[in-house]
Amino acid sequence: MNVDVLNRSGIQPVAASRLAISDCDIHPRASMKALLPWIPKAWQEHLASFGMLHRQPWEKGPAYPKAQPQASRRDAWPPSGGGPGSDLGFMAAQHLDPNNVTLGILNPLGVGQGAANPDLSAVVTYAANEWQIEEWLSKDDRLRGSVVVPYEDAVASAREIERYAGDKRFAQVLLLSRTAAPLGQRQYWPIYEAAEAAGLPIGIHAFGYGGTPISAGGWPSFYIEEMVGHAQAQQAVTASFILEGVFERFPKLKVVMIEGGLAWAPSLGWRMDAQWRKLKQELPHLKRLPSEVLKQHVWFTTQPIEEPEPRSQLAEVFDWMGWDRVLFATDYPHWDFDDPAYALPMKMTEEQRRMVFRDNARAVFGVS
Amino acid sequence: MTRVDCDVHPTVPSLQALLPYMDEVWRDNAVRRGIEELATVSYPTTNPLSSRADWRDPSGKAGTTVEALRAQALDPFGTDLAICSPLYGVQALFSEDMSAAFARALNTWTAREFLDRDPRLRASIVVPQINAERAVDEIEHWAGDHRFVQVLLLVGSELPLGRRQTWPIYAAAERHGLPVGIHAGSMHRSGMTPVGWTSSYTEDYVAQATAFQSQLGSLLAEGVFAKFPDLTVVLMESGVSWLPAYLWRFSKFWKGTRAEIPWVSDPPSSIVRDRVRLTLQPFDAPPDSASVTRLMEHLGSEEMLLFSTDYPHWQFDGQAAWPEGFSPALKQKIMADNPLKTYARLRETVS
Repeated sequence: MNVDVLNRSGIQPVAASRLAISDCDIHPRASMKALLPWIPKAWQEHLASFGMLHRQPWEKGPAYPKAQPQASRRDAWPPSGGGPGSDLGFMAAQHLDPNNVTLGILNPLGVGQGAANPDLSAVVTYAANEWQIEEWLSKDDRLRGSVVVPYEDAVASAREIERYAGDKRFAQVLLLSRTAAPLGQRQYWPIYEAAEAAGLPIGIHAFGYGGTPISAGGWPSFYIEEMVGHAQAQQAVTASFILEGVFERFPKLKVVMIEGGLAWAPSLGWRMDAQWRKLKQELPHLKRLPSEVLKQHVWFTTQPIEEPEPRSQLAEVFDWMGWDRVLFATDYPHWDFDDPAYALPMKMTEEQRRMVFRDNARAVFGVS
Repeated sequence: MTRVDCDVHPTVPSLQALLPYMDEVWRDNAVRRGIEELATVSYPTTNPLSSRADWRDPSGKAGTTVEALRAQALDPFGTDLAICSPLYGVQALFSEDMSAAFARALNTWTAREFLDRDPRLRASIVVPQINAERAVDEIEHWAGDHRFVQVLLLVGSELPLGRRQTWPIYAAAERHGLPVGIHAGSMHRSGMTPVGWTSSYTEDYVAQATAFQSQLGSLLAEGVFAKFPDLTVVLMESGVSWLPAYLWRFSKFWKGTRAEIPWVSDPPSSIVRDRVRLTLQPFDAPPDSASVTRLMEHLGSEEMLLFSTDYPHWQFDGQAAWPEGFSPALKQKIMADNPLKTYARLRETVS
């Protein structure tokens, strides 16, 4: 985590010097003003009068105040004047070039997903998709976009996915993890049907505005609980996909869990297996061990990577998960950025290193 | 060696069984309003997990009498001491008064029907966790009876368990040398996940492990362990193997955001290793010794696990309460040394 601005001018980033990197979690920042060119006039007037409301207390800003302004590295404000992640040239100079990122997956946040008004959600997410093409994807071919969809309206989401099906500049469909109901449930299936047909993985990023308490014991008090809690939300989402039988119904579907940790995956697999052996009569659609489904259909991005002492225990976790499941990510420009030169300080074979830092992502997203 | 089983569940046959232990007002309430059963959807009566098939009596329940408990939970495992934690939805009631009255009746039932009838039995104090003041009343009522060895809370709470409204419960528990056991199950105020209700029992039960994670985070972040230095927390029926990954993640964010919770001055993993214990069953691990050995290394402590059968829940078949991969020396710790260290009141009757 880079809380302070370190002077690393004399430090040669080890991983970058050796290897091109796939970064599976980069956040380009869209202000609402930047999206207006793709928002119809009537909706611009709606926004001017009513704003965009979410199922949380604040008119602006997240439910839990962040640890840093805009949750960002202090050195990430571009000289051009916009917020962190708003300037492609600066992002390239600060991150893509020095870290040798040759594939970067864009995950725009705060672009209408989970908005209380489903029509507004559809309008703004569409604008964010066009904005990605115009401002990012058409300007830098290292980058791939995410089709952001108004996920609480699955039918509208499917239409949005169909609109960009076949456009190779998009790598995945993006959802957030904290939805109104667990994402494996039927009401979301039109999204998966469309994604499978388009050959797009489903990326599920931490955060969201489901409106229910974000733990089984109610609303926690602190930002640290929310941040750590993304791992619990993603465990619940993963279990929901598997136990609801989403992958039996959509056998080619791939799911990428983003920014929710990964070291919990083996334990979740063992727990699901143990219950399935006893309770499978309840889930007749599920024909295989849940852990097998997990290993076949679900991938995980690394940032914020868990830090066991000793770090070698993380390699043991990767052994349990399968090294092919692990996708490197930095979360640029956010404050808890994992630097590729320092984030995984443990022994790996060269093959494992190539898989985690580069090749697994290219395989999942079908980028040659 | 003293063999201690830290998680067995006597089962209330029906609310009828509690009526003799209620005062007249509440007995009348139950009868007049037709309240017949408070078994919850956390352990539905007929669900295969709620009770092993070979332990069920003709009514379909298991462990409803001390005779059944003896024959099925104590004798076959050579158990010297067993801690009874009845799971009967008194915590899920929405009325504070009814919850308190029914909790009193439940504890009295446990004392009369089980503790009085077998010297090997100990119990948890069930409290109306909807209201800390009434919960403390319940702890004070039983604290003089040293057969009650801990306070029981459910993991699915109305408010996160670290929240300060709950602190009087921890103060009372600490004052009386009672660990606080947090058990699977719920007040059912919201679903068992951070994203709402599940659509299957299997998914709900799987998600209980995530609820334990959130509650441990709440206890850590709110500073419960700093405020109550002599308090021990026991996570019961939690699944266990989620803990290392959880602590790695919590510790990483603690390094980055500890200014928000300055009272957490020690590394969270060392706090947890000192102050938190976990009952053994269910032990969510693959059935090979090598993985279990690795898991124990990741856990980083041999002091944290407490033997349990989780009777009558179906976690294993036959007598196979021990997962693969535990050495005899480690078994001795988990079955005897660790429980006796954890529960001060158990040491009073063991030489």
